[in-house]
Amino acid sequence: MVIERKWKKWLLFYLPLALFILFTLFPFYWMAVTAVRPDAELYRTWRQTNAAPLWTLAPTLEHVRSLLETTAFAVWLWNTMLIAIVSTAISLVCGMFAGYALARLRFPGSEFLGTAIFITYLVPQTLLFIPLADIVRSMHLGNTPWALMLTYPTFLIPFCTWLLMGYFKTIPKELEECARIDGATRFGAMVRIIFPAAIPGILSAGIFAFTLSWNEFIYALVFMASAEQKTVPVGVVSELIRADVFFWGQLMAGALLGSVPVALVYAFFVEHYVSGLTGSVKG
Amino acid sequence: MADVSIRALNKKYDNGFHAVQDLDLEIRDHEFVVLVGPSGCGKTTTLRMIAGLEEITSGEIRIGAEVVNDLPPMDRNIAMVFQNYALYPHKTVFDNMAFGLQMRGYARPDIVKRVREVADILGIEALLERKPRQLSGGQRQRVAVGRAIVRHPQVFLFDEPLSNLDAKLRAQMRVELKRLHERLETTAVYVTHDQVEAMTLGDRVVVMKDGRLQQVGAPLDLYGRPANRFVAGFIGSPGMNFVDVSISSDGLQAETQGLCLPVPELVRSRGGQRLTLGIRPEALRITSGSNPKSGFAAIVDVIEPLGNEILLNFRAAGVPMVARVDPGVHVRAHESIHFTVDPERLHFFDSATEAALR
Repeated sequence: MVIERKWKKWLLFYLPLALFILFTLFPFYWMAVTAVRPDAELYRTWRQTNAAPLWTLAPTLEHVRSLLETTAFAVWLWNTMLIAIVSTAISLVCGMFAGYALARLRFPGSEFLGTAIFITYLVPQTLLFIPLADIVRSMHLGNTPWALMLTYPTFLIPFCTWLLMGYFKTIPKELEECARIDGATRFGAMVRIIFPAAIPGILSAGIFAFTLSWNEFIYALVFMASAEQKTVPVGVVSELIRADVFFWGQLMAGALLGSVPVALVYAFFVEHYVSGLTGSVKG
Repeated sequence: MADVSIRALNKKYDNGFHAVQDLDLEIRDHEFVVLVGPSGCGKTTTLRMIAGLEEITSGEIRIGAEVVNDLPPMDRNIAMVFQNYALYPHKTVFDNMAFGLQMRGYARPDIVKRVREVADILGIEALLERKPRQLSGGQRQRVAVGRAIVRHPQVFLFDEPLSNLDAKLRAQMRVELKRLHERLETTAVYVTHDQVEAMTLGDRVVVMKDGRLQQVGAPLDLYGRPANRFVAGFIGSPGMNFVDVSISSDGLQAETQGLCLPVPELVRSRGGQRLTLGIRPEALRITSGSNPKSGFAAIVDVIEPLGNEILLNFRAAGVPMVARVDPGVHVRAHESIHFTVDPERLHFFDSATEAALR
């Protein structure tokens, strides 16, 4: 092993890392500070006396209180949570079966199908929402949670399938063969052996899918009209920006509270999530 | 307990590769048969076809009285040990071993009893609550074997089960497997590319090459009476020395440049023909005399003192050769040495067909 000089390590490793972390985390810090900054401080310029652009002199929970009292934020939070959980569950189940089939079964056109599914993921949502809006309307799902629960899987299923297909390929096929010799059917071996062995991969696909549907904006904006059906990203933007007036304090409080569940999910599963993306299963 | 009978077995893949060609093999009840050959010889494919993991193109496989061609693996009453062990990573050792019994609907107390029994035989009782990732290679190997024997299958299938272990552990497990087989008296089919494993474990050894069976026989038969040049070269380490010779017109001597050896009765009638001569390294003896009619001289270039024997590497008749001599022999590198061979220990092979002359 090469022993490097200390200053070199600081210069080439810790310093860039610190700058990167600062760059990544600053928006979050700014969001948090703005959420607790009283209105009077918000528009104070650098040159004024008592100016404190990077922190606040009189922290307040006023914005959080008015967010919860004057808007339907709690309802949005509940909507978002429900829609994200249901659409993630649908996508994970479909993705697990489809991913397994594409990774393990040899059938004509399996390679092509795998690529085709990936390509559907590449179609931008900004194009897809137009035909989808038509379908949602003709099925009378507009302005109900089902509009989003059923349209989110259109991009989540290809994503989960692709990610899980890659993970299933890293699981030695002998595990499954052994299970079949041990007395399991192909389906039994998949459910009893391959799925449990793939839990890190399934968890990371689930976390990604959950985050994607939590943050989704355009479908939620188009398919949901009434205030009490909205999700957090749409609700915050549509109710707290009135014409050219930005309610910065409440906006930031909403954004902060809205990102807490996602952060919790990540924190809780971080170990599985990392090994799901980088590790593989050894028999 | 069952015999396994393979008739006219063929495996052809979609890409045209003919992995196994017209294989006929009778494996008797309680027998330990080893399939051996270089990689790509079709030995693993054969094993997987017996297991039901690979479809057969044509032919018939019988386990006991039943033709199993179209039976799924679960209905063949076999157990298999894989090269990478294939332990279920999310299950404990106990659950790994119990899985096959659970799938077959055994009662819980019966499962516990059987697993404990087998764990006792293999010395892994202390590991039952651990997960596979907490085990060493040798322990995983034992668990994989335990998982196979706990079900009392009709036939054991082993697919290179020792090749992931280090040399010392491999030698130890080899002996343990042999002991276990004697104790369980179950038919076993074992695939390996290691001829030492094949020789030590097998009641009979099946040598394969390019999808075709080359020879079946007891280990010492294969060594002493190889059917062709391939088997002669594959079995034994270091391998047999081969040199192309012509038989003198009177049929008394095998000759080539710088080498002249008296031949056995067997090839007397082949005067004037060109044959391939095979000499086992231990058949070469050092003599003090230098009679050009009964041996040859060579300059030893590399000496490998292994302790229990010494290997001498040299070139004779234009080809590299190895001799295996007693550790008591004093030889120095670059010394000229005269070798001789007992004519009865020479092997001859047809130059064209490579079949042994017998």
